[in-house]
Amino acid sequence: MQGLTVKGLDCVRGDRLVFAGVALAVNPGRALLLSGPNGSGKSSLLRIVAGLLPPAAGTLAWEGEDIAADAEAHRRRIAYIGHADPVKPGLTVCENLEFWARLYGLDPEIEPALYQFGIEQLADLPARYLSAGQRRRLTLARLAVGQNSPWRPPLWLLDEPATGLDPGAVAMLANSILAHLANEGVAVIASHGGRLDDALSGHADRLGLPDAAP
Amino acid sequence: MNGLVLLIRRDLKLAYRGGTDAAMAVVFFILAATLFPFGVGPDPDILPRIGGGVIWVVALLAAMLSLERMFSADYEDGSLEQFVLSPLPMVLVALAKIIAHWLTTGVLLLVAAPVLAVFYNLPGSAFVPLIVSMLLGTPTLSLIGAIGAALTLGARRSGVLISLLVLPLYIPVLIFGALVVDGALAGREFGGLLMVLGGFLLLALAAAPWATAAALRQAIE
Repeated sequence: MQGLTVKGLDCVRGDRLVFAGVALAVNPGRALLLSGPNGSGKSSLLRIVAGLLPPAAGTLAWEGEDIAADAEAHRRRIAYIGHADPVKPGLTVCENLEFWARLYGLDPEIEPALYQFGIEQLADLPARYLSAGQRRRLTLARLAVGQNSPWRPPLWLLDEPATGLDPGAVAMLANSILAHLANEGVAVIASHGGRLDDALSGHADRLGLPDAAP
Repeated sequence: MNGLVLLIRRDLKLAYRGGTDAAMAVVFFILAATLFPFGVGPDPDILPRIGGGVIWVVALLAAMLSLERMFSADYEDGSLEQFVLSPLPMVLVALAKIIAHWLTTGVLLLVAAPVLAVFYNLPGSAFVPLIVSMLLGTPTLSLIGAIGAALTLGARRSGVLISLLVLPLYIPVLIFGALVVDGALAGREFGGLLMVLGGFLLLALAAAPWATAAALRQAIE
């Protein structure tokens, strides 16, 4: 029961100490909901765990193994959804999703993922015609691609994933996350509260980050 | 390798459907080159003499036009972060973007160059040297330009910054590219000059994808 373990994590952006001494542990089958005011470092913490940002200090481990020892293996176990939607307006919904599935070596069978996020009827529509919420759904549908395959990423890092989603889509997202947790996956989710937090409350721990010093 | 091809195909598809960037470069190439005769006059002796140099200078500027967009769309929409986390090494991501840039810009310039050669009254004997020199030189422009585009990601006025960074590095390619055409016009041996251009290409190919990948990683931190 090890999952993700973080100890003594410091984050510095420019000359500013964003947070210091953060420690957390998320067991398989559990989620961690990160909360805190704007600028408290929720996104930075996720980016550090993803390996997109180097920590100023601290250690990160997966199943007891230091993540830094094999960065490539760590990348393979991550599904990271940031603030932005990596959706190309010039490609159709289907082409967008298929591109990411193939690039990540996942099963390019994407229809179930489209269904899971209720965008199957938009499959052949160029993404330039999608609303912000539909673009977000398309971004999140990546989580559902290859979810039943053995090489699915076990660690989901989601940065305010419910932004722009209607209640129905939030429920779809919550179902995806719960299915992931049921498969012994781990999720770390930056959130400002709301329906998603409520839906996950029985399966999640919470970590509040304090307001960063100016 | 599959990821490399996948990314190139995606960028080609986007360029084909978007159209404007690639079309802008080649339209600029043709328009700018056609302006020179209005300035220097239509003397049939002068035009062939300056033709090779003008075509090369304008090709270089046209190639630079689309550099700013080389990585910026992927940077802004979060694709770049996803590339870093993907199984495709960043060096291959950079190489794929460079190849796609050349295919959507350099190749179009190559196709348009003979038209301009006719416009400048270049003799038939200069056509092949011009095309071969551009075939070797334009990929070098994309390779060098990628470093500048990656280094200026997220910066304000990145277009101006790219020019400042990249133009000095383009000068050797310009000199040798124009010399090839001059050599062909004067009936001199130009094989050695083409080999120098080939050397530049190999050097850029060996260094640029790594430098670009490092700059891209830096940009997302």
